[in-house]
Amino acid sequence: MRALCWTSGGELAVGQVPDPELRNDHDVIVRVRRSATCGADLPLLTGRASGLAAGDVLGHEFLGDVVEVGGGVRRHRVGDRVVVCASVACGACWYCRRGLPSCCDNGSTDPTANEAEWGHPVAGCFGQPRAAGGFAGSHAEYVRVPYADVGAFPVPESVADDRALFASDAAPAGWLGAEGGEVRPGDVVAVWGAGAVGQLAARAAWLLGAERVVVVDRHPARLLMARQHVGVETIDRRDTDVAAQLREFSGGRGPDVCVEAVGGPAGEHLSLADRFTGRAPVPEAVREAVYACRKGGNVFVLNGGTRHVNAFPTGAVVHKGLTVRGGRQHGQRHIPMLLDRMARDELRTEHLATHHFPLDRAVEGYALFRDRPEECLRAVFTPR
Amino acid sequence: MGRVGTVVAVAGALGVAAARATRTAVSRQRAWRAGPPHRWQVVTVDRPPEQVLPSAVWPEPLRRLDGAVEVTVARAPGGRGTELAARARPHAAWPGLSAHLLGDDPGLLVRRTLWQVKQLAETGEVLRADRAPGERGPVDRPPR
Repeated sequence: MRALCWTSGGELAVGQVPDPELRNDHDVIVRVRRSATCGADLPLLTGRASGLAAGDVLGHEFLGDVVEVGGGVRRHRVGDRVVVCASVACGACWYCRRGLPSCCDNGSTDPTANEAEWGHPVAGCFGQPRAAGGFAGSHAEYVRVPYADVGAFPVPESVADDRALFASDAAPAGWLGAEGGEVRPGDVVAVWGAGAVGQLAARAAWLLGAERVVVVDRHPARLLMARQHVGVETIDRRDTDVAAQLREFSGGRGPDVCVEAVGGPAGEHLSLADRFTGRAPVPEAVREAVYACRKGGNVFVLNGGTRHVNAFPTGAVVHKGLTVRGGRQHGQRHIPMLLDRMARDELRTEHLATHHFPLDRAVEGYALFRDRPEECLRAVFTPR
Repeated sequence: MGRVGTVVAVAGALGVAAARATRTAVSRQRAWRAGPPHRWQVVTVDRPPEQVLPSAVWPEPLRRLDGAVEVTVARAPGGRGTELAARARPHAAWPGLSAHLLGDDPGLLVRRTLWQVKQLAETGEVLRADRAPGERGPVDRPPR
């Protein structure tokens, strides 16, 4: 089959790779209909040590048709159109059974690799380095889906592919930002990042009853899209004092809930000297959120792209009594609800697919996504 | 066949589990202080002990290390299932393939094995990775 592969040094190429195969009883094989780029892929394209091996297939946000079913699968049949949660979780461990599937103990083929990185194993993910699970990505004609009864969901007939696609990752991530930040009716909510996840976090805040929602970004085209499609107020961080503007929006109190959804490698660019000395980046959006948030408020961090940071404002967290939480999306818990909302037209996401490419031109799609973020929110690949 | 009778284990002794749990916890803490290579590796399995080691028989992933490790089982606090611990026996002769895989770190092999036992008990299978690019089967099978 054809697939978008990582070659080396951050280079990508579309080439022939062997078809995936059923490896466990709870697997299905999905023929991909749509697969989207994501900011979480960008650190893999920097040319530095990514953990990927030549020939690894990228991509984790996708939907498609079931074409092969393992012997232990109960909920899916050949021909089902399904959206697949980008993260891999078992549905059976202590964390999954308590609604925390992204913390799954059994989502990786080598949990000890995760332990070294995060202290504990976490859910796997498609199209990432082997330490993140060991599962090939979705920028391909076919994908193997482990724990299919837990992570794949039938798409209602009325929901088109370009809408359902984002139930795989961006929509549950955005929902988690608002839900995890405990947005309540009447709240003022600020979201950093007007990408797909940021816009969907803002939309989730509306749906949870927020009274004012503000999105902060540095790309005017993205901010315009957020105003037009999500109905939020926006702040262009290039030409204003974000904290002062947010105080103005919130009667001087500061937002009740701040959601960081900047995506990709956050923080400032590091020079060669910084890298040599091991200096970590500064998490600018998280810092702004912490300083802007009202006393006793909630800050929710969605972007795990920056692994270690300097200059985290611990004092502000303590003196203002903030609650700072983070998380990867819990799609296994949220996707059915999100698909229902999509079917009822409460959640529209198709505008996020700003560019479509056939899989054969996926390299071009990634270049556009990486180099022209003001223009390309998400590039979507169609294998056939 | 690995039998828990050679170690401190469940072996139908659930009635004394609490006392045993205390004892093993204390000995485990001592072992941790001692540091590698005899450090206990522990996972919590979200299932009761009788499901983790049914009939006191070691499940397949552990059986491969028979004779090379000692194993303890204790009920986890708060109804969290079973604390399954193992550590390499000093001067153990590592059986078969294990000796091959061992490298310099028996603790890592023991830990990986415990995670496999946990996956098996909780999900019914040990999750397998997609084949790496170099080890995959033929390119372009007939279309589905």
